[in-house]
Amino acid sequence: MSRAFTPKVITANALLEGDAIWFTETSEWTRDIAQAELITDAAHGDIRLLEAKADQSIVAGVYLADAKAGPNGPEPVHLRETFRTRGPSNYAHGKQGT
Amino acid sequence: MYIYNDFDEEFVRNRVAQFRGQVNRRIDGSLTEDEFKPLRLMNGLYLQLHAYMLRVAVPYGTLNSAQMDKLAYIADRWDKGYGHFTTRQNIQYNWPELRDVPDMLSALADVGMHAIQTSGNTIRNVTADHFAGAAADEIEDPRPTAELLRQWSTDHPEFQFLPRKFKIAVTGAQADRAVTRAHDIGLRVVRNDAGEAGYEVIVGGGLGRTPLVGKVLRPFLPKSDLLPYCEAIVSVYNLLGRRDNKYKARIKITVHENGLEKIQELVESRFAQIRPGFAGVDRRLLSEIEQSFAAPTYVINSTDGYEAARLAHPAFRSWTDTNLSDHKTDGYAVVSISIKKHGATPGDATSDQMRAMASLARDYGHDELRISHEQNVILPHVHKSDLLAIYTALRAADLATANIGLISDIIACPGMDYCALATARSIPVAQEIATRFDTLKLEHEVGPLKIKISGCINACGHHHVGHIGILGLDRAGVENYQITLGGDGTETTTIGERAGPGFGADDIVPAIERLVFGYLELRDNADETFLMAFRRLGADPFVAILYPEKAAKNAA
Repeated sequence: MSRAFTPKVITANALLEGDAIWFTETSEWTRDIAQAELITDAAHGDIRLLEAKADQSIVAGVYLADAKAGPNGPEPVHLRETFRTRGPSNYAHGKQGT
Repeated sequence: MYIYNDFDEEFVRNRVAQFRGQVNRRIDGSLTEDEFKPLRLMNGLYLQLHAYMLRVAVPYGTLNSAQMDKLAYIADRWDKGYGHFTTRQNIQYNWPELRDVPDMLSALADVGMHAIQTSGNTIRNVTADHFAGAAADEIEDPRPTAELLRQWSTDHPEFQFLPRKFKIAVTGAQADRAVTRAHDIGLRVVRNDAGEAGYEVIVGGGLGRTPLVGKVLRPFLPKSDLLPYCEAIVSVYNLLGRRDNKYKARIKITVHENGLEKIQELVESRFAQIRPGFAGVDRRLLSEIEQSFAAPTYVINSTDGYEAARLAHPAFRSWTDTNLSDHKTDGYAVVSISIKKHGATPGDATSDQMRAMASLARDYGHDELRISHEQNVILPHVHKSDLLAIYTALRAADLATANIGLISDIIACPGMDYCALATARSIPVAQEIATRFDTLKLEHEVGPLKIKISGCINACGHHHVGHIGILGLDRAGVENYQITLGGDGTETTTIGERAGPGFGADDIVPAIERLVFGYLELRDNADETFLMAFRRLGADPFVAILYPEKAAKNAA
């Protein structure tokens, strides 16, 4: 039996700024993970990943990251992904600074 | 110091122009990310968690004031007003935008600097003793050797696709401040029985996932054989090194799996084959390079004012006690500027601080600066009569922390705050330890103690060779910190021993505090450093301090 699929979001870095971005239901890229599409089905995830990767003239390093549903939209699960939603802890740089 | 000749200048300018074209083609969609990635990495451009990161080489850690000023300019113009000095004598900019990177590289080329081979499976920035040319215990300045290796390895056609990255470090002194035994090739200048200078060649050292202390491949290599011999080593590795498994691809594994004797045979045979092809050009080049590293014209001056200032000014005295090292010339000192203010990010300097240090080098330091692998900045040649003025200027720039070699002089990699490879944060742990011991006002009593922190197994923070090493890992999505004890990165290189199970993020600083208080109880006297006490007593009493519950259970 295959393992249960854990919900995911598609994420990447913006080509020009390198900023963390997420793929939305309408196939646009957002700087806010809460606006991202939460993918709950493996087959759908594979298709959406291919579609996201086709956007490579504006993004770099596309991958699927574990996420969970929150009150305002998808939220990161892993610490690393949490950092990508806000920025480093030593300076108020990155998303938390804007 | 070495100034680019026309060839160097043209080479670097051409590379900037090529990269500008590549960036343009990536932005207009002609290049895919898969096509672009190796090209950007060849030019030191990484993609990290929040942004791109540009890693700029400071060859063998040597800078002049114009170069330091340019690093400050780049930080202001294209980044967020600061830079991060690393354990490989590089500087990293954490926030460049892709479009700006060619301009940043062009600005670097203006002062004879570049980011070439700061990434990829090539020979990386050649590092050296940060006290090179100044240290009292030096046999010979290692920088001409390092510069010759830089020229030889840059764009070397045979070595652009090695099995894995390749790091070379050189020291010319008796004390090893360049961690030569933890490099793919370590070179130590030594003298033979006839009094001639040559190299002890060490191979196969490295930290990372499989830490190994380098082994002596040749106890004495004549200086004139440097390039053909290094070329033989890298050539043998290029063919023999494993490409099937990234984690077994470094030369340390090649040496470990094949044995030193076999590597020696292969290297000597390859050396005999290629030696005639070098025809002396390399030796002529080395002697030319040596001219450009001639010692500065030292001044002769009284040091009475310095001694009087030390007596009159306790804070200045404390700074001179910790931040100065012996210079080979009478009346001079080597100044280490701590980039480790308590609570600040280890290795980060603001653009204002960079300009302040450049200005001190210009006014008082024969225009020389060094970046140490311990993430500090050095003024290698300072007359003692200028020390009070330097200290005063450093205070104004918030750079006068008197903690070199003490518990708050921590090496920390960027960790999960920036690095895409990291499994835990390093910076906040370093900040908390430094702040804690500053509050306790204890670090001078504790004395020399090197804490080194890595945020993943790759060990950029050199945790294996910290007296106390801290390795940040991910345990089921939570940061967890393992402690190693008794490591040493000097001429008596030792890999630290893992103490036991890791500590959570909230428990690691209290654990370190417990360990240090325990050491104060265990030591024979105030002159017995942490490392000396560890070597005398072994790990057991320190492990018992770290895990009191377990120790109590065992005693019951």
